[in-house]
Amino acid sequence: MKRTLLTGNGAAAWGARLAAVDYVPAFPITPQTEIIETLADWIDAGEMAGRLVTMESEHSMITAAGGAAATGVRVFSATSSQGLLYAMEMLYTVSGWRAPFVLVNVSRGLSSPITLEPDHNDILAARDSGFLQIHCASCQEVLDSTLMAYRLAEDERVRLPVIVNLDGFYLSFTREPVEIPDADAARQFVGSFDAENIRFRASAPESQAVAVLGGGPYSYFRYETHLAAMNGLAVYDEIADEFNECFGRKHEAVEAYKADDADYLFVMMGSFATKAREAVDRLREEGWVIGLVRPRLLRPLPAARLQQLLAGRKGVAVIDQNISMGMGGVLHSELASVLYGRNDAPPILASFIGGLGGRDISTEEFFEMAQAIRQAVESGQTPPPRLLYTQTELREVRKLQAIAQVERSTLST
Amino acid sequence: MTDKNHTIHSIKDLPSTHLLGTGTPMCAGCGALDAVHQIYDILGKKTVFVNAAGCMTLLSVYPFTPFRGSWLYTAMASAPAGAQGVRDALDILLQQKRIDQDEDLEVIVLTGDGAAYGMGLSATSGTMERKLDYIYICYDNEGYGNTGQQYSGATPHAARTSTSQGVSGFAGYKKNLFDIWAAHKPAYVATVIGADPLDLAKKIEKARSIEGPRMILVLSPCPTGWDYDPRETVNIGQLAVKTGVWPLKEYVDGEVVHTRIPRQRAPVEEYLKLQGRFAHLFKPQRNEALLAEIQAKVDAYWEKVPIQGK
Repeated sequence: MKRTLLTGNGAAAWGARLAAVDYVPAFPITPQTEIIETLADWIDAGEMAGRLVTMESEHSMITAAGGAAATGVRVFSATSSQGLLYAMEMLYTVSGWRAPFVLVNVSRGLSSPITLEPDHNDILAARDSGFLQIHCASCQEVLDSTLMAYRLAEDERVRLPVIVNLDGFYLSFTREPVEIPDADAARQFVGSFDAENIRFRASAPESQAVAVLGGGPYSYFRYETHLAAMNGLAVYDEIADEFNECFGRKHEAVEAYKADDADYLFVMMGSFATKAREAVDRLREEGWVIGLVRPRLLRPLPAARLQQLLAGRKGVAVIDQNISMGMGGVLHSELASVLYGRNDAPPILASFIGGLGGRDISTEEFFEMAQAIRQAVESGQTPPPRLLYTQTELREVRKLQAIAQVERSTLST
Repeated sequence: MTDKNHTIHSIKDLPSTHLLGTGTPMCAGCGALDAVHQIYDILGKKTVFVNAAGCMTLLSVYPFTPFRGSWLYTAMASAPAGAQGVRDALDILLQQKRIDQDEDLEVIVLTGDGAAYGMGLSATSGTMERKLDYIYICYDNEGYGNTGQQYSGATPHAARTSTSQGVSGFAGYKKNLFDIWAAHKPAYVATVIGADPLDLAKKIEKARSIEGPRMILVLSPCPTGWDYDPRETVNIGQLAVKTGVWPLKEYVDGEVVHTRIPRQRAPVEEYLKLQGRFAHLFKPQRNEALLAEIQAKVDAYWEKVPIQGK
């Protein structure tokens, strides 16, 4: 084991290398590209076995990934944002093949308008695809989660592809100290991929992914996939324990920070949750009894764990780094559905949306959100969902618009 | 890819055992199924068919398949990419000695013209630039047949389809997929038709003996889409060749060779008049201008074909 500075992208590449992947279908996209460049360098230099093939699109990349996994080799791939959406048809398709592999997604806001910096609308668009999802908040987690993801994906009770998600720029390009597990220990932890009957061999013909006629067989296969995903909850916990035993780091399905005694909670996913963590410390200094809950596993959703962690709190602020147009925050909706009808559910579950396209969420805003839920608790009224945005930001946009107007009128005269 | 020999020289050499099962849901007289039967007899069961959305997707409906070998349905646009994944994985398994050579499979893409001429072209092009070792079979029924024959990039000029019902039929022209493929310089490109089993068999056998991307374009007369009596499938297929509408040719080592040159080409209208999709060229009155235009296109093609062949 060695400790070194790695970007999130570098950590993802190390995860793939330590998992001894056989095959990497690839396609470049910012901010993911460093992952495939790193793997290509290692393979070219002979430092890593395996084969990398650059495809002509992410749609093809996921098809090739599924095809190779369905033939029985260990597959890794990576994408981001528009790439994930371009591949969306195949995400749904290959998960139904029950051919396990790991895909790293480096979150980036979706077009329109086209942008580079992160939010979670890309990864949440894949929420119902059949891929399981692990969301990371540190570079260490990216590496560790990639190793764990192979165990989860390949487990005979699961057999589904897994996405490991990290935020563009905030993790992808940020160097953090990362412990790189010893190669032998990592290989022993991940094990070798036993494809069992998921393979193509001349001596044992197999029809995979065939059409069905009618809702009966269709529902059968869809339910099977759902039940396999649900199996992932218990399997994940086993893997997390084993990982902890092997490497001394515990990555729970849901991370709780200073939550034990907390009256109030922030709930957030991904690297922006580290901002909430910092805010919790500052708020506690000011006398707040507040904590943070961060789901790492989003699919399958650790509902029981979330119910338990949120039970009996006075108020909860769910901060979504995504926006479902015409509805609001996706995580907020998920938590509301998990908590509905429970006697011990927190009376206030308030929704905030922020961090879109990499927009910062300042400590002041966390203080403001804490105030908002306290007031809601006092008044007994859940506030309407709030879109985090400041007067200054609005002024800046107005200024850009004014400049554009001036430029246009100058050109037209 | 075990048998590298060429054993098919005459009609007597064609396989006498037929491998593809019967009872599929294809339409009566399906020209594509006719060709797939013949192709499968030569390629055999040590194959995995990677399928794109189209009529042939219904060959394998859970839990049945007419194939003795393997099958993987992908999606409409990316069957060649699926073939890439399967081929690469088999190569990795062979290289790592995780499987024996006799467990290897020939990877075959089976796709319709809707995918091949349109949304699947990018993925197909990608496999050719990467020199993927596979066989690509496009059954071309000149329209989106499985959805009721809307026009596609493969639809010939003037054909009536369910989205070109006007008096002149389809205003566009059939895309030259053969040349688009050949421009990639793959290992092999050939046109075939089920109505010429010997030419088809020789080409599939040749394709099988070569490594790299091997591209097969099959004109597939379609009774439902082209609107003719199913019994006419072979006749129409033969007329497509005799009239010069469907040149049988192959591209290999940078050269295009015509494998059948009709000595005296029959008039194109003999081919057209059997098909309801061209009925508006004859009734209520003959559309001489359009018929002449279609004939002129065919003549112009053959004028450029050098005198060659056997």
